[in-house]
Amino acid sequence: VPRRETPGSAEAVAALLAASAAEGLTVRVTGGGTKLAWGGVGHEPDVELSTSALTAVVEHNEGDLTAVVQAGVPLALAQQRFASVGQMLALDPPLGDGDGATLGGVVATGDSGPRRHRHGAPRDLVLGVTVALADGTVARAGGKVIKNVAGYDLGKLFAGSLGTLGVIVELAVRLHPLPRTAATLVVSGGDAEELARTASTLAHAPLELECLDVRWTDGEGAVLARFTGDSAEAQAHGAAALVGGATQIVGDDAGIWDAQRAGQRSATGAVVRVSGVQTQLGQLLRWADREGASAVGRAGLGLSWLMLDAADPDRAAARVAALRRELAPAACVLLDAPAAVRDRVDAWGPVDPGLLAMTRRVKERFDPAATCNPGVFVGGV
Amino acid sequence: LPRGAGIVLRVTGDPERVEEVVARLRAALEPDQVVTHPHQLRTYESDGLLQYKVSPGAVVLPETAEEVRAVVRACYEARVPWVARGAGSGLSGGALPVADGILIALSRLTRVIEVDLDNQRIVVEPGVTNSAVSAAVAPTHFYPPDPSSQIVCSIGGNVAENSGGAHCFKYGFTTNYVCGLEVVLPDGEVVMLGGKEPDLPGYDLIGAFVGSEGTLGVATKVVLRVVPVPAAVKTMVAFFHSTEQAGAAVSGIVSSGTVPGAIEMMDQLSIQASEQQAHAGFPLDAGAALIVELDGAVEECEARFEGVVAICAENGARETRVARNEVERALIWKARKAAFASMGRVAANYYVQDGVIPRTRLPEVLHRISELSEEYGMRVANVFHAGDGNLHPLVCYDGDEDAARAEELAGKIVEVCVDAGGSITGEHGVGFDKKRYMGKMFGEPDLAAFQKLRCAFDPDGLANPGKVMPTPRLCGEVPGPYRQHPLERAGLAERF
Repeated sequence: VPRRETPGSAEAVAALLAASAAEGLTVRVTGGGTKLAWGGVGHEPDVELSTSALTAVVEHNEGDLTAVVQAGVPLALAQQRFASVGQMLALDPPLGDGDGATLGGVVATGDSGPRRHRHGAPRDLVLGVTVALADGTVARAGGKVIKNVAGYDLGKLFAGSLGTLGVIVELAVRLHPLPRTAATLVVSGGDAEELARTASTLAHAPLELECLDVRWTDGEGAVLARFTGDSAEAQAHGAAALVGGATQIVGDDAGIWDAQRAGQRSATGAVVRVSGVQTQLGQLLRWADREGASAVGRAGLGLSWLMLDAADPDRAAARVAALRRELAPAACVLLDAPAAVRDRVDAWGPVDPGLLAMTRRVKERFDPAATCNPGVFVGGV
Repeated sequence: LPRGAGIVLRVTGDPERVEEVVARLRAALEPDQVVTHPHQLRTYESDGLLQYKVSPGAVVLPETAEEVRAVVRACYEARVPWVARGAGSGLSGGALPVADGILIALSRLTRVIEVDLDNQRIVVEPGVTNSAVSAAVAPTHFYPPDPSSQIVCSIGGNVAENSGGAHCFKYGFTTNYVCGLEVVLPDGEVVMLGGKEPDLPGYDLIGAFVGSEGTLGVATKVVLRVVPVPAAVKTMVAFFHSTEQAGAAVSGIVSSGTVPGAIEMMDQLSIQASEQQAHAGFPLDAGAALIVELDGAVEECEARFEGVVAICAENGARETRVARNEVERALIWKARKAAFASMGRVAANYYVQDGVIPRTRLPEVLHRISELSEEYGMRVANVFHAGDGNLHPLVCYDGDEDAARAEELAGKIVEVCVDAGGSITGEHGVGFDKKRYMGKMFGEPDLAAFQKLRCAFDPDGLANPGKVMPTPRLCGEVPGPYRQHPLERAGLAERF
């Protein structure tokens, strides 16, 4: 059982990493613990470093629409605080059990939700980062202003790095106005190709979409286009005129989007995140239909989550392999899955050798003794 | 120094090694692709920042990615430093050559490789201009980052500098639009980072590379995301008695929940200079002009626009002009874009500064700038990307003998920005000119962390040495052994 540590400052995190590196111990950093299994199968770490004592909202600069938040702050709590003045951090990934996901964890995993269509991934909303490194130092990069090109953008390097380069201890983020009203155009149908065409039409039209999603379950699916602002409903009606099929406009639409987020996670099934291109959507939905899988996706981005039944781990593993062949060169990364499936599949899939070499070179410079979360990243980094 | 922070060294080239590289490249390339005549080299001795001049050992003009690779490889084998140059329009000396090094000019790599509108992607070579990208995906789509130099500046340069522009408050910067990069690493190896697809496995090396100012390698292919042209655009300019009033209007607009496509401010001196060239009819006695552009859905634009006009009035706007057609809109933008170039009409010389502040600190920062202006006896015109707090103070001076004082004043302004919680550069980059200010924003552990990234890409320090970092450093070997992973030990995994 790993020794559990909850350092209360950036310096304490760095000291713990340095001491671990010196002793040859490995450290796994945890936030809310909602995505611990993601990545490759690592090994049991010697030390589990929790960010649960790093819970300060250091700054909320309302007038500047920026905030500085420690890594252990639950995203839901931060959002409540921002919402109280009509603002949001435009990051809406699923928050896991008990809405436990922390800001640090969301950034370290690069997770995102439907608002990504308009506002981007965590890497796009991080203005600055403070990291604790295995050499015992605390380093900052970026800043806390919206625009800044001084120095290397380590915030982006650490976003999605699964704690393998060091520990994110604090983040400066850009905020956005919380839309006062929203409306969602729902276009339903049972023809995968037709839904894909609808999604493409909406993605290419001169619309200002907050979100553009697709869903597919049991032979039925829908394209979901969310509009915000005072004229949200009028915009949705305008968009409905561009597409055929069964359309419906939903004003009270929060439940629709909660369901989309929920569709990215599974406690029992195997979830595969597909990084593809928009034009693969029809093929992806047909595959889901044929294989009895369900899907949610960001139709305008080429990003989808497929949910496979994992009751038979051999069969689930075979389907992940088949999906990779079907959609290549799209990347199919295994996220949630029972251990029996994880043991049978490389979570990352094939990665270009040149890119792997660069990945290792970066890792070696930041974490030469492989102290930080070894084994979980691509190529066993 | 923290472990792995490296050793300080001085960057010097070696003329004999440059000759060796030149001989090799002459054998491989056409005669006009290798420039060594001192007269011809002069064209390349500065970028857009003319204060600094260095003549490179040679200039090489590759025409294909393969030729770029050959040049970098030759430099690597002879350990000759090199600098990549796009259009040479940068304003921080980022493309300043290294004496006894090679300057790689990418101006001949101008192919649009693929326009994939179905997937809202375009693949281009680095020498393609910013404007040409939008032109290639028009009329349905556009490429949002729009630096003022967009007609001449190249995408490769935009990638190196993480260029912004007037519309980036709403739309984001170059880094938000690059999804793939083919990079020639400083050892001559080629690696593809990302692609058309988002979130490909591995570190976000695109995020690390964009804005790295040519110090990590050279991009030979760029995959960009493009977006649909908005349905409506509405543009207005409001005139105020003071920049304080205009600044209050900006805060009012942003806090109302509106995210304008662009929101730009000019002070009185900028208006007066610009008017001499643009003739947009801006009142010469106005204390500030605020240009606000809303774009997006027709209904939303209309609804929000009324609110913006009202907020300007509430904050003391003495006059508001709404563009009724494309001609009037173009005239408003002409006035804004003429602000830099026209400064020559009110001052013999000027120095363009680029700093960022939290927007709410604008009044006090402007006040401090006017104090400094008085103290130095030099006029300072102010042009801002007001939404994102990016200031471009233009320090006016007369003779060359005042240049040093003007630069000193500009440096003081940067310090004011950092003290206000901002940045030493919002879009022009650190390059050669601003590396001396890096220590104001970053401490030793921060710089050491930057150096770790640098060393992962360029352990020999050959790519654009002497830029960005305040003092050049040597990488040395990777500190400490890379420990074998238990899975490797067990024979369950191997490294490639």
